[in-house]
Amino acid sequence: MVVKNYDICCVYSCCCSGSDTSFPLIFVQTHSLQDLHQPTASSKVFVQRDYSSGTHCRFLTKFPSELDSRLDKQQFEETVQTLNNLYAEAEKLGGKSYLEGCLACLTAYTIFLCMETHYEKVLKKIAKYIKDQNEKIYAPRGLLLTDPIERGLRVVSFETNIKPHLK
Amino acid sequence: MKNCEYQQIDPRTLSVSPQSAQSLGEAKRQRPRRKWEVFPGKNRFYCDGRIILARQNGVLPLTLGLIVVTCGLFFAFDCPFLVEHLTVFIPVIGGVLFVFVLSSLLRTSFTDPGILPRATTEEAADVERQIDTSGSSTYRPPPRTKEILINQQVVKLKYCFTCKMFRPPRTSHCSMCDNCVERFDHHCPWVGNCVGKRNYRFFYIFIISLSFLTSFIFGCVITHLTLRSQTGKSIIQTIQESPASVVELVICFFSIWSILGLSGFHTYLVASNLTTNEDIKGSWSSKRGAEESGNPYTYNSIITNCCATLCGPMPPSLIDRRGFVLSDEAVPVGSASRMELPPFAVKSDVNMCTPSTKDMLERMVHTSDLHCLCPPGTPKTTPLVLEVPTSAATPTEPPNSTSCSGQHSIKPAADSCALFGLGTNERDSLHSINPAFRLASPSPSLSHFALNLSDSPDLGFVPLH
Repeated sequence: MVVKNYDICCVYSCCCSGSDTSFPLIFVQTHSLQDLHQPTASSKVFVQRDYSSGTHCRFLTKFPSELDSRLDKQQFEETVQTLNNLYAEAEKLGGKSYLEGCLACLTAYTIFLCMETHYEKVLKKIAKYIKDQNEKIYAPRGLLLTDPIERGLRVVSFETNIKPHLK
Repeated sequence: MKNCEYQQIDPRTLSVSPQSAQSLGEAKRQRPRRKWEVFPGKNRFYCDGRIILARQNGVLPLTLGLIVVTCGLFFAFDCPFLVEHLTVFIPVIGGVLFVFVLSSLLRTSFTDPGILPRATTEEAADVERQIDTSGSSTYRPPPRTKEILINQQVVKLKYCFTCKMFRPPRTSHCSMCDNCVERFDHHCPWVGNCVGKRNYRFFYIFIISLSFLTSFIFGCVITHLTLRSQTGKSIIQTIQESPASVVELVICFFSIWSILGLSGFHTYLVASNLTTNEDIKGSWSSKRGAEESGNPYTYNSIITNCCATLCGPMPPSLIDRRGFVLSDEAVPVGSASRMELPPFAVKSDVNMCTPSTKDMLERMVHTSDLHCLCPPGTPKTTPLVLEVPTSAATPTEPPNSTSCSGQHSIKPAADSCALFGLGTNERDSLHSINPAFRLASPSPSLSHFALNLSDSPDLGFVPLH
């Protein structure tokens, strides 16, 4: 599997020259076989992080042009803004988080063996929200929203051309 | 035009797929692998991924040994005398400090410091595409920095060639662990791990409690020796009666200066919300004298800075060490190195091919323009040149190639690539040169293909399962 990944990956970088025809064939072969099986290749649209207010987890609310035909701008912005708010809640500095931190320190962090951190609780909330959004809004439009935690909180990715039989 | 290229398939290359399908089947029959087993960085994992350490962790046992031996000697030789002559609280306090030191040390060493997982191939392709949308017509590597505004302060984000992403602010790539670490402070050999966002508070508690412990033991030993010599004995006699105390004195004396200094320094860093990395580089030192320090991350209040750094919410580990590798998951750059790959493709960076290969090849063969294709030599990429298996004799030296280190791997790669059963010589030479060029000038521009093909790897695997 991984071999394929890199084979195809090589294709992209080499093909971009546009002029090299023989080398990519070795790897393109794999890709084109897939093309025959699944005529519609799905692509991913990535929404990057917004660092304008520091290192806190926020995503850009700028609507990507690739989704123009598939999604309302407002819907997109609402989803990303809700995600931003949830992450802000997870990372909020306040009395509750300080208390949790101090309590954890005093118990030599053994308290986390029986208790979830506040951040983990909010991450579960986020996962549930994303699942919800996928079911209600994105799946009917052939899109799949992936949880940013699976991508190291780097990007929110929208996968397009999702066919039901692929899931 | 591109579609026409796809149709020109060489049947000989079909031999790749049954092989891989077979290996896939084998992989399926094996137990599912956890993500730590295919982790691309130079870390060691124990207890089935629960514990993470840097690869070079030889100094950690020394640290542990020093602490345990010193405390052991203290409890065995000094405490009985002091309990008798002073108070029973001495070993109690010593014990509490010892537990704090040991638990915070182990916590610092075994916790993921905030490693950022490497970008998946689709993400890397997307980033490349965004970089190249400037429509650069030359094949020189475009600048790999991005400037953003953080709290009205300009911050430059650098592109990490190993992890294939723009590093978030305050993130740095640790060359010893070969990972990008968030809020990277430093790599501590004494602790055997990087110190970053997730384990900085443990590290700070460790050095603070260690300073208290060493000062406490130092004070107690001095008191012990003083009390003993008060009964009219000479210093020599006192030392002969309790030689262990001298050992403790020496250890504590030499470590106290560095530990206290380090504690003071890190207290300053915590209060001003800086990292060691930023402080050493002078990232935020005010160059324009009258203006305030340009640190955009500070809360401008010592207490808030301290609370945010030490008592803030504990971020989760992003690398998910104990998760299972899904067969249809997009594989991050570099993790393929552990899987069944042909020998030449051990490192992902080796395998990533540069764009504009044909033009580069033409230049290489016919002109002397290769110098411009070799970057100033980012440390992360050039060492990989050495890792390309050299099954060949002499590297193919194109005319006029002198200083570019990437070219030495051209010929070896060619021979390794022959394992793939590549057809024509032309294909061989083209293919062989590509990985080397990836090393030489890691600047692919995937503008034409990234969007259309970027996700085919995922779907592409499905029919081959």
